[in-house]
Amino acid sequence: MNSAEIKNEHQTTNINFMAQRHLALALSAILIAASFAGLWVKGLNFGIDFTGGTLIELSYPSPVELPELRNNLVESGFGQAIVQHFGSAEDVLIRIAPQDGLNSAQLSNQVMDALAEASEEEITLRRVEFVGPQVGDELTEDGALAVLYALFGVLIYVALRFEWRFSIGSVAALIHDVILTIGVFAWTGMQFDLTVLAAILAVIGYSLNDTIVVFDRVRENFRTMRDGTPVEVTNIAVNQMLSRTIMTSLTTLVVLLALFFLGGEIIHGFATALIVGVVVGTYSSTYVASAVALLLGVSKEDLMKAPKEEENSEAEEAELQRLFLEQEAKREALEAKREAKKGGQKTAEPEEDKEASLLVEDSSAVEKKSNVKKKQSKKRTKK
Amino acid sequence: MFQTQQKIISNKYPAWKYLLLVVATIIGITYALPNLFGEDPAVQISPAKSVTFNADTQEQVANALELANVPVKSSVFEGGRFLIRFEGTEDQLKAKSILKELLGRKAVVALNLAPSTPDVLRSLGAAPMYLGLDLRGGVHFLMDVDMEVAVSKAYLRYVDEIKSVLRENKIRYLAVEMDGNTLAVKFKDLPTMEAGLAVLNEKYSERFILKPNEETSSPQVQLRFTDQTIAETQKFALQQNITTLRNRVNELAVAEPVIQQQGDRRIVVQLPGIQDTARAKEILGATATLEFRMVEERGDAYRAEKTGYAPHGSIVYHFRDGRPILLKRGTIVDGENVVSASSGIDPEQGSAMVNVSLDGVGGRKMLANTKKNVGNRMAVVFIERRVETVMENGVKVKKRIITKDVINAAVIRGQFGDRFQITGLDSPQEAQDLALLLRAGALAAPMEIVEERTVGPSLGQDNINQGFMSVIVGFILVLIMMAWRYKYFGMVANVALGLNLVIIVAVLSMLQATLTLPGIAGIVLTVGMAVDANVLIFERIREELRIRGTSIQAAIHSGYEKAFVTIADANITTLLAAVVLFSFGTGPIKGFAITLSIGILTSMFTAIVGTRAIINLMYGNKRVEKLSI
Repeated sequence: MNSAEIKNEHQTTNINFMAQRHLALALSAILIAASFAGLWVKGLNFGIDFTGGTLIELSYPSPVELPELRNNLVESGFGQAIVQHFGSAEDVLIRIAPQDGLNSAQLSNQVMDALAEASEEEITLRRVEFVGPQVGDELTEDGALAVLYALFGVLIYVALRFEWRFSIGSVAALIHDVILTIGVFAWTGMQFDLTVLAAILAVIGYSLNDTIVVFDRVRENFRTMRDGTPVEVTNIAVNQMLSRTIMTSLTTLVVLLALFFLGGEIIHGFATALIVGVVVGTYSSTYVASAVALLLGVSKEDLMKAPKEEENSEAEEAELQRLFLEQEAKREALEAKREAKKGGQKTAEPEEDKEASLLVEDSSAVEKKSNVKKKQSKKRTKK
Repeated sequence: MFQTQQKIISNKYPAWKYLLLVVATIIGITYALPNLFGEDPAVQISPAKSVTFNADTQEQVANALELANVPVKSSVFEGGRFLIRFEGTEDQLKAKSILKELLGRKAVVALNLAPSTPDVLRSLGAAPMYLGLDLRGGVHFLMDVDMEVAVSKAYLRYVDEIKSVLRENKIRYLAVEMDGNTLAVKFKDLPTMEAGLAVLNEKYSERFILKPNEETSSPQVQLRFTDQTIAETQKFALQQNITTLRNRVNELAVAEPVIQQQGDRRIVVQLPGIQDTARAKEILGATATLEFRMVEERGDAYRAEKTGYAPHGSIVYHFRDGRPILLKRGTIVDGENVVSASSGIDPEQGSAMVNVSLDGVGGRKMLANTKKNVGNRMAVVFIERRVETVMENGVKVKKRIITKDVINAAVIRGQFGDRFQITGLDSPQEAQDLALLLRAGALAAPMEIVEERTVGPSLGQDNINQGFMSVIVGFILVLIMMAWRYKYFGMVANVALGLNLVIIVAVLSMLQATLTLPGIAGIVLTVGMAVDANVLIFERIREELRIRGTSIQAAIHSGYEKAFVTIADANITTLLAAVVLFSFGTGPIKGFAITLSIGILTSMFTAIVGTRAIINLMYGNKRVEKLSI
């Protein structure tokens, strides 16, 4: 890329992303509805982590016929077992739902015995998972709680770091991502187990990462650009971050594809959830997070002045205000002093300088929200 | 940011930052290094309970192996255990059977894979990562202790005691019985009840909440455990079951078993490398009981063991360390009659002892027996029953297996009934162990397996290979992309990414955190996401250069400066998700959360400090015409 030519004022690309934001929100709404429809119509294919039950993975030396295997199981009294190939024709996965009156921990042994008897070949036991129904319930509860806590934590962090509209926007984006990812699992019927849940929490982390990066830029632009509507400012931020967004999504997707194709059957669901999540998350940080923030009416003033309606950070704002006023007073005093000392007394100047630089250091602590104010005040004092 | 615009930007790093980076790299490489060395097949010998190894044992072991012509690679005695390494698995298996025969029940002889970390690294405390069960193969059990039963058993234990207390105080009661989750002591009329309440209050107010109830047909006092008593009872039950499991796991000869409490009522049992999971389940699921028997003093136990003929009316039993002893047929009292057992110190002799109490029936039997046996020895036999599947002539047969161990034999000093002490024990530890075994045989609350995760060794190896493969491929793809997009700067980011990977492995090795398959997935994900920091920085530098037309040095400087806040914000939020994941996740999920968190932290270091250092070296403090970015 030979860059010097494209030297417009603020951005590398100039795609009007935000123009489509209402369309995009509608699309998101439709997709969310579709996900719920999937949950309603097909439901999630929960793994035994959540339902409880027994899962046995076996490996035969040569390809196995599933109907035959099923027959063997029915004959041995395991009619309710679900049998499927796992990754290859030699590997078989058997799932048995939890049952009353069956000593579940011993179930896998019995199944193994029954199949070993029926088979002439040596069967290798690859994996057994048994989850008691009670443990399953707990894992479900913990999982749901984990997602909720993660979302709540984000809500608070973003509200503190940015502004409540951004906070709502980012959480909306996260909920959007989680619902769509779950929707994909509902429609495809892929198994939803603990690792998928972990992946969804990782998606929350990733998508948020993406959202924050865009918001960060929106905030910066609000502060540095003198004019422009919130929509324009946001649009510029999205454009500025576009190549970063694409690059990071690509590197993440590439490793996830490696994991999907090379990581083996067990990690499949995990990789799928993350791939879906990364794609959806990249989209949502622009079209859901920013769009919702705009919809809620985020404006330049919100990031500049202390908004009265903001309850969350009222105290913080008050503190900032106080610090700002203090500095203002100091600055004015200093200015006045300097004014008075002009024309003589050169010996005192280094001391004054020291004081001034200390002031700057001081202000860096409250720089985040007050540096715009400072700039304004500077202008004012200069006049 | 104010200062930066005023001074001339030269992009020089202070020496200490370079030093920090070099030190981090060296430490990283050192501690990551052990993972490159493989593992030696080894045999691990740990002493059974109440046995300690000494120089004799060492010589014995060495001699036996030499005699059988099994070459030994190395042999260490550490922490009371032997670890003997061999060149191949064949030697290892041969040695195991030889040593098992030699040491018998005195020791647990287990196969193990010992990391062949060079001594230099080992002396630094460096060790390879600890692989989870899904990678090395093995069984994970979650056992649930039935606390309701534990508590109701605890109530039952007081029934006889309360009766005898009332009798001693000459208070007539109608009945003492369990009523839901309370004990109800019924009396004929109100005055008796009040007298009874006074007596019971005096004795039991610490452990029970006593409540008189006059509305029932016969007046009664209800006794309910205090919350503290219930908590103690449950803690006790859990501890007891853990001890029982420890003993049983010893039998399975697993090199590095993990038996841990999880929550209030669960026990995690992890048995790495176990092949025969069916047997593991059978052994863990055994039921234990106790028998008190008289010792037959007239015969020679050693001779009886040799010849196979025990004197009339007696049977050969063994202590846990293998010594034979002759016990009389016919039990005096069994586990059902034991109400409690606790260790303590004998006030007369100052030695360790165990207090045992029996219920009414047991007490009467014991009284009758001790009356005529003062001066003779009485033994406690610990019995475990289980059903085991064994191969017999190529056919699988279910077999009832009963192991009987004599855990104590002591002289009866005088006539006693439902309360007695076993004194003269060697140490408080021995007393504790004995008390635990007594309780385990008599009072253990039932437990069941509520979760099992077994990974066969072949799958474990596959998981390692596939996980490793996806890390490498993902890593290389990211390297290519970065180099393509950001040229020299991309290469620098790649060096940082490599360093990041090394440091992740080093930190995991140092912490000895468990690496699981999802953990590897976490590393893969980190590789993909770690470059984000560099992408942010580099895009910012490009932007500064091309759009704002900033000078090269200033662009580098402000690229790093301005991207930092964004990177920190973005990473903190991801870390937030990882922490939530860690606190809610179980086993494998925790592994994912750990690697993800470590990855986020190390990547911030390598991507910001690491790349900056190299870039400062390349471009800092000199005139640069054009950046390769």
